[in-house]
Amino acid sequence: MIDINIEKTLQGSSKDMQLSINLQIQEQEFVAISGKSGSGKTTLLRVLAGLESAKGTISVFGKRWLDGHHTLAVQKRQIGFVFQDYALFENMSVEQNLLYVAQDKELARHLLELTELSSMAQRLPARLSGGQKQRVSLCRALMKRPKLLLMDEPFSALDPSMRLKLQHDILRLHKEFATTTLFVTHDPSEIYKLAQRVVVLEDGKMIQDGSPKDVLLKTKGSQKFSLQGEILEIYKADVIYVAVVAIGQQIVEVVLDGHEAQSFIVGQGVQVSTKAFAPTLSALG
Amino acid sequence: MGGLDLEPFILSFKLAAVVTLILFLIALPVSWWLSQTKCRCKPFIEAIVSLPIVLPPSVIGFYILYTLSYNSPVGAFFEQTFGVKLVFNFTGLVIGSCFYSFPFMVQPLQSGFESLSKNMLEASYIAGKSKLQTLLKVALPNIKPALLTAVIVTFAHTVGEFGVVLMVGGSIPGETKVASVAIYEMVEIMDYSMAHIYSAIMLVLSFSVLLGVYIFNQRYNKRIGVM
Repeated sequence: MIDINIEKTLQGSSKDMQLSINLQIQEQEFVAISGKSGSGKTTLLRVLAGLESAKGTISVFGKRWLDGHHTLAVQKRQIGFVFQDYALFENMSVEQNLLYVAQDKELARHLLELTELSSMAQRLPARLSGGQKQRVSLCRALMKRPKLLLMDEPFSALDPSMRLKLQHDILRLHKEFATTTLFVTHDPSEIYKLAQRVVVLEDGKMIQDGSPKDVLLKTKGSQKFSLQGEILEIYKADVIYVAVVAIGQQIVEVVLDGHEAQSFIVGQGVQVSTKAFAPTLSALG
Repeated sequence: MGGLDLEPFILSFKLAAVVTLILFLIALPVSWWLSQTKCRCKPFIEAIVSLPIVLPPSVIGFYILYTLSYNSPVGAFFEQTFGVKLVFNFTGLVIGSCFYSFPFMVQPLQSGFESLSKNMLEASYIAGKSKLQTLLKVALPNIKPALLTAVIVTFAHTVGEFGVVLMVGGSIPGETKVASVAIYEMVEIMDYSMAHIYSAIMLVLSFSVLLGVYIFNQRYNKRIGVM
């Protein structure tokens, strides 16, 4: 089990923020850490990795990593870390990037095969696409067969098709290497697809902790269907008003009466829900 | 052309080679430390490192002469203990030039290290590598253009220096009379034709070296995908 109990003062742009986390994670759990930017997600990951200091205690599978002022050096924690910007060693080929972490040619070959990168083994990182770089970064993070794998927004720089491939690879490797995995993300669909548990941070505190279904599903009471979006425009059409709302990557129109149109403003976050009719699904294309 | 004495050039290049080697070894840990530290004393150290850029060479030369001459404790100590004189010989030139060229080695290396992705270095620590291993295997290989610039500029700057060399070394043929000092003397005795030849050689050499550096940097950047 991983037991995290830490405090850290973060210097924000406007005011200081207190990061205060008390979190227990079971072995081989796949946990998503979510929340707005500046809520302390990345800092939590970096403290776990030993890249930043904090007060409190961290114990991982029975070993003390942080105990008061005594910290285990980052070099000795034997973790895997996937950075948002890949952070590959630019001077080394794909294969060398892996072997630098551990001289295990067999494992390197295996990982590159799993992620379909075998043909790229001798290339320099500068000659790879973003998705390929992130897969190399994932392989590199697993070269020490870490028990704990940390990923800081691993998908954020990738286009949707690349995300899908990487999500598939991550799930597979998580199972094969039996890692306990923590990853930072904003994307609900990623959380739903990958994680068994999601922890939501706000201003350095944990405000939600549960299964993705419990945390992510927004319907309340008799609501059948509920989506969060942002109003882009409100315009008048004959006697009614129409609000244009962005929901994820989609744009929808919702009819408003005059009174409602007064009460909303452009840019406002809104919930689009329906009670009377069950939404119907039909296949795309 | 029979009278062309190449000794000052050989001396200049020998001096520059020795100084570049010594400074590389000293500047490497200093610039690495400066690039990574969050210490409050950093601006103080940086200011000291950069002093030789703004100080007149004669000032540096004067202080070095004052500190290392037989009349000073340091100079006396070296002469009595090791039997080495530190001024008006080649050793003196090397010491003086090391002070004078130090910022030209430190600054390119430091800005090279600072431009490296912080995450890349952290990835190396996470991989279990020490600071030294990270410096040698990850940081240095990824700042090749800065490294080349530092080495070449230091070398060229040492070849081209005049004030400190004259103050600390004088002009002893075969010992401290480097090319720049030789040219100065030729002009003094109005041997303009010789001064022309020496100056032209310096000009061509310096230009070729710099051209080489910039061509390398352009090719390197293309290969690594920056351009």
